[in-house]
Amino acid sequence: MILYATKRVLLTLPIMLGVTIVCFALVHLAPGDPLISVLPPDASQSIKEQMMALYGFDRPYHEQFLRWLWRVLQGDIGTSIRTGRPVSTEISKAVGNTLMLAALATCIGFLLGTLFGFVAGYFRDTWIDKTASALSVFGVSVPHYWLGMVLVIVFAATLGWLPPTGAGPGGSEDWKWDWVHFKYLILPAVTMSVIPMGIIARTVRALVAEILSQEFVVGLRAKGLSEVGIFGHVVKNAAPTALAVMGIQLGYLLGGSILIETVFAWPGTGLLLNDAIFQRDLPLLQGTILVLAMFFVVLNLAVDVMQTMLDPRIQRA
Amino acid sequence: MADTVLDIRNLRVTFTGGAKHVRAVDGVDLAVAPGEVVALLGESGSGKSVTLRSVLRLHPEAKTRIAGSIVAAGVDVMALTGAALADFRGKTVSMIFQEPMLALDPVYSLGQQITESIRKHEPAVSAEAARRRAFELFEQVRIPSPERRLDAYPHEMSGGMRQRAMIALALACNPKVLLADEPTTALDATVQVQILLLLRELQRNLNLSMIFVTHDIGVGVEVADRIAVMYAGRIVEIGAVRDVIRTPRHPYTIGLLSTRAQGGRLSGNRLTTISGSPPDLANLPPGCAFAPRCASASAACREAAPAPVDLGAGHVVRCIHTAITA
Repeated sequence: MILYATKRVLLTLPIMLGVTIVCFALVHLAPGDPLISVLPPDASQSIKEQMMALYGFDRPYHEQFLRWLWRVLQGDIGTSIRTGRPVSTEISKAVGNTLMLAALATCIGFLLGTLFGFVAGYFRDTWIDKTASALSVFGVSVPHYWLGMVLVIVFAATLGWLPPTGAGPGGSEDWKWDWVHFKYLILPAVTMSVIPMGIIARTVRALVAEILSQEFVVGLRAKGLSEVGIFGHVVKNAAPTALAVMGIQLGYLLGGSILIETVFAWPGTGLLLNDAIFQRDLPLLQGTILVLAMFFVVLNLAVDVMQTMLDPRIQRA
Repeated sequence: MADTVLDIRNLRVTFTGGAKHVRAVDGVDLAVAPGEVVALLGESGSGKSVTLRSVLRLHPEAKTRIAGSIVAAGVDVMALTGAALADFRGKTVSMIFQEPMLALDPVYSLGQQITESIRKHEPAVSAEAARRRAFELFEQVRIPSPERRLDAYPHEMSGGMRQRAMIALALACNPKVLLADEPTTALDATVQVQILLLLRELQRNLNLSMIFVTHDIGVGVEVADRIAVMYAGRIVEIGAVRDVIRTPRHPYTIGLLSTRAQGGRLSGNRLTTISGSPPDLANLPPGCAFAPRCASASAACREAAPAPVDLGAGHVVRCIHTAITA
């Protein structure tokens, strides 16, 4: 087990290196002048060149990459061109906000998704199954920025129950865990939870239906287990696959959603990325993508290791 | 019969799930004495496994209509519901499945599955005591290095070892009746013999009653005291092994035995077969179900289902032409 975990951790190193290369390449291959947001349109050629040299943009790409990688390894992912603050400060604030949002969306999405999935799988081909399945198809297929706007129209504009956008009356800087602030979290979190809910519900339904049709369930019944006891077996059999799907979904949620955070003006990583793209803030963009990509790598690692703990058939050595 | 541990009377099982209702079991009577082994012999779809599973009421209730009476060790099985049914299963009557790879939970170790069963039926037993019992059971079914195998998962064992573990699981709560659903069909020929010998030995030592479902006459002869031959959901002939094998009286049994005993053994001869195929259970003829394939069939055979004819010594045949077949 420990051997497997170590091996798996070592395997992530080349993946991480690949991630940094892709991340660097993507940002630099994209069209656009990185200094457009800090220089006035009529800046002279010599000032432009001076600035390019200051940020190191005048050097060859491989050198830029190696310098950047070296700094990243030392924990320095650069300075935002636009704000002049370290990228890590910008990201950590945004990550905190996105985590809050993602945590709530995860709770809602995973709970409801698992619940709908189990109910639909157990009552296959009844109206309960059809209702739950319809809900999950809706969840997967509805464009969530549209759903976000509809929710804003209904619950904020028309009913006035919840605030439409933002992260609290005083902005994200003075967030408090009370109802006044929490209200701002509800609409974006609900909107965000809909896709993972749908995907998890469909996965779990298929899993449960498949497991229930297997002979060993008859075997469990034959040895005298109650339906509750059998349910435990169904859960453990469904867990590895369900967990893998949840891991991927959690990755998406933690990465933040550009669309949802933009619709709700939620100051998370999605909004940060959005701003970085529009303002050609290369260090910020690069840093944010890198951090989000690392999230995925670490999360997949965790899911892999957990799966082997749950399913003995997955090779351990 | 006064001394029976399992008494099935007029069992009828109809599957109502499909477009047509399928009458899988159509009036089966079967009584098993303590310590007796009855082989249920028949081809695929004859209703032998359905009969067996009915004893534990394992058919999905929404899609099955089941009638008749089943009494096991004094318990009216048909009247059991919910928790009482769960307590009955695996404790009074337990079952061995054809494919242990499919019938065991793949993500629980064998030890866990056995201790789970023990502690379900005997909540007072501690986890360690249950594991000790599982260990003894593994020794009893002669699984080598039992301590290590308790922590093994089904996919880590060979077919024969898995079936031994399945038997250990079935015996975990000292049942009175063991139902074996083709327990050797999925195994290699050499392993088959070992499992048969083991089952026979355990059955004798523990004085278990057993219903042994098989489509292999040889296996039936090997393990059973009595043989019941099923065709299209009915027992067409039942009797002591030597009576049924030496003097079969139902044309179907005679056909079955001739496919094996004479034609099959002499080289150069064509293999004898029973012409035609089994009837559609959703659309059974009114009379004897075997009549369309039977050489001795007469008009009377096609009108009404033949009543059982007692030939003495418990040899009962459902055929009106026993005079011809003698």
